Amino acid sequence: MNGVVIIGAGLSGLSAAIALAQNNVQSYLVSLQPSERAQSVLAEGGINAALDTMGENDSVQNHFDDTMRGGAYLADPNAVDALTKAAPDTIRWLISLGAAFNVKNSEPVLRNFGGQKKKRTAFAKSSTGKIIMTALIDEARKYEAKGLIKRLPHHQLIRIITENGGCIGARIKDTYTDKLFDLLGQVIICSGGLNGIFPEMTTGTTQNSGNCAAVLFSQGVRFSNLEMIQYHPTTIGISGKRCLITEAARGEGGRLWIMTKEDKPWYFMEEKYPELGNLMPRDVVSREMFFVRRRGDTIGEVYLNMTEIPEQVWKSRLSDLRDEIIKYTGDDPRYTPIAVHEGIHYFMGGIDVDDRHRTSIKGLYAAGECCSQYHGANRLGGNSMLGAVFGGKRAAETVLMSELSEVTMEPFDGDDELAAEPSEQLIRRQRGILLSALGIVRNEEDINKALSALDKLTEIKDLNAVDHARIMLGRGMLMSALERRESRGAHYREDYPEADETMRKKSISYVEDNKLFTQFCDIPERRAANEDQA
Amino acid sequence: MKIRLDILRTKRGGGSYLQSVVFEYSDPKTTVAAALTEINSSDQYKDTEGKSVDKIKWECSCLQKKCGACAMVIGGKPCLACDSVLSDFGERVRIEPLRKFPVIEDLIVDRSAIFDRLRDMQIWFEQQAQNDETSTDTAYEASRCLQCGCCLEVCPNFCVDENFVGMSAAVPASRLIAQTDKAQAKQLYELYKKRVYEGCAKSLACRNICPAGIDIDGLLVSSNAAAVWKRKKKRG
Repeated sequence: MNGVVIIGAGLSGLSAAIALAQNNVQSYLVSLQPSERAQSVLAEGGINAALDTMGENDSVQNHFDDTMRGGAYLADPNAVDALTKAAPDTIRWLISLGAAFNVKNSEPVLRNFGGQKKKRTAFAKSSTGKIIMTALIDEARKYEAKGLIKRLPHHQLIRIITENGGCIGARIKDTYTDKLFDLLGQVIICSGGLNGIFPEMTTGTTQNSGNCAAVLFSQGVRFSNLEMIQYHPTTIGISGKRCLITEAARGEGGRLWIMTKEDKPWYFMEEKYPELGNLMPRDVVSREMFFVRRRGDTIGEVYLNMTEIPEQVWKSRLSDLRDEIIKYTGDDPRYTPIAVHEGIHYFMGGIDVDDRHRTSIKGLYAAGECCSQYHGANRLGGNSMLGAVFGGKRAAETVLMSELSEVTMEPFDGDDELAAEPSEQLIRRQRGILLSALGIVRNEEDINKALSALDKLTEIKDLNAVDHARIMLGRGMLMSALERRESRGAHYREDYPEADETMRKKSISYVEDNKLFTQFCDIPERRAANEDQA
Repeated sequence: MKIRLDILRTKRGGGSYLQSVVFEYSDPKTTVAAALTEINSSDQYKDTEGKSVDKIKWECSCLQKKCGACAMVIGGKPCLACDSVLSDFGERVRIEPLRKFPVIEDLIVDRSAIFDRLRDMQIWFEQQAQNDETSTDTAYEASRCLQCGCCLEVCPNFCVDENFVGMSAAVPASRLIAQTDKAQAKQLYELYKKRVYEGCAKSLACRNICPAGIDIDGLLVSSNAAAVWKRKKKRG
């Protein structure tokens, strides 16, 4: 039976595996932990589609326009076109699998989300990711029983195996036995964002170590837009990580304010942006929060006031969120505004793929947050799960167009330098260095200092190959931020505060002969509707 | 604040011992998960006998009780390490792996039996799921199961090798029962009767143990009504 290797078992990995199985192609689903532990289960607020069930005359074109504008026109319009067109059917498919979306008269209810004027976000209270994952896991189990999906939990990618510049397989480690083996076949990477480069500082999972991205980068896979890091405006610090307060809290009526020195709450977003107010795109909200805190006439933190949200909405649409906030802050958001802070939430940058999810290496594909595709310079809320579910399927469809073969498993008895564990101390030092330069507001001086500090890290004795790969990826992030001498989307340079139209290009980073290269590439033109790329 | 963590450690391939580490913390909300992370990220920790503490192997992922990875037995009770606050345990607490599954190393156990039972129970839809507003409520509640294994740990009837599949398969089954069409229902009801209903002795040990706070009782009542007593599904 023909087969494919998938690295990662979250939304995009499952979606790819199911799409392959529907076409009688087998997949090996490799993940450190079972799908139930994937970061996708954390997604809260919802998933976008122009279903127009709320009588607002929404359309696919509106969804396309908002996604392109939200991403500051760095996304490939052909990819976004396919994504937004497929969105309504994607939701209908999930419903057919029994995903328990909030429905009224058998149609999904839609809520407001950031950067969008129409209600477009389907949701399952405030646990949308978990509910969709359960539906996809159950669907995947059907094919697992038929032998079309082979789950390999407690397994880790060590490297991709290349021959003549193409990818012919993946070297895998069983973390229960530490044994290595090779899976030979085409590979789809669905390994999630770059959270593991910033441990404890993101809303992501600890399962994501960042090693997968670092190793692929060191092996020459091209990455793009690495400087584009989304800081979500409303997170709270909890033991060991940042915890997200979903954008749905603002979609359902939550308002941001900061206290002035005259002892009055100032609803700064509503005053500065009367049209979208608290629901401006996340990059704008986070930056405004940063700036209002820095002013001389305000005091303390920014607060999210959810006290005006009606009781019925809490119960039917945000119940899990309320419980979570009470648990972690001790305050009931129905009665008390909650102090919030920007936190790293999503990486728009990652493995560079074309609009059919092909990477720079033949035989290697990528989908979900690990790749840079639909979200340009800043992702809209509600588009991540859509991008993951659709992207996984799209990647699978592209693989199906290629020449397929059976996946074979071969033991590997040698040593692999990329099977090493990275140094915990180095991870933490690098995190500090990157955070000092890749915050919400950036400048050339900070970035250069960080680059020098990273250089010093390479002088530490006894670094292994994975340590070096991680440092190289960190350098890639800093160089992209340095070379993008403009402000666009999530990347704000106080020394270049305006967008520069000549820089409306994607940044590309890659490693060749152990050297890092950073350059800029044009964004593809939108093709005519009848001209689909094969 | 200070707490002594008595950690049951197991070497890869067998051989267990108890290692005690005194852990100091200042934030009263510090969790067991945070303590394990901190101990592992520093080489400064020594145990109470002055020996260095090798990296403690444990599984974690979300740290906000949404993924079930870090289930273990803390102070004698199965729970999630990210949901267990040190200050609730006073000056000393014992940390062990779940006891119903084979130990891989330290606090990591092989929970594949949980997923095998889901396959045995054929937890999937053969045809489109039936959605309406009431079945959606049941489906939502059942979809929240973390597959962590805490309910199995306290269940007097669940054993990895036996027929009874436990609540971590019964809860997902209730989603199917709520949403399935007639064609699939017959076989599903049979399986449910044999592998859930007839195996559960109603000890209610799993009540109040679920870290996700799933209403297991409520789901069982409606599944039993539909699958065993063939009554109109009680929902909500």
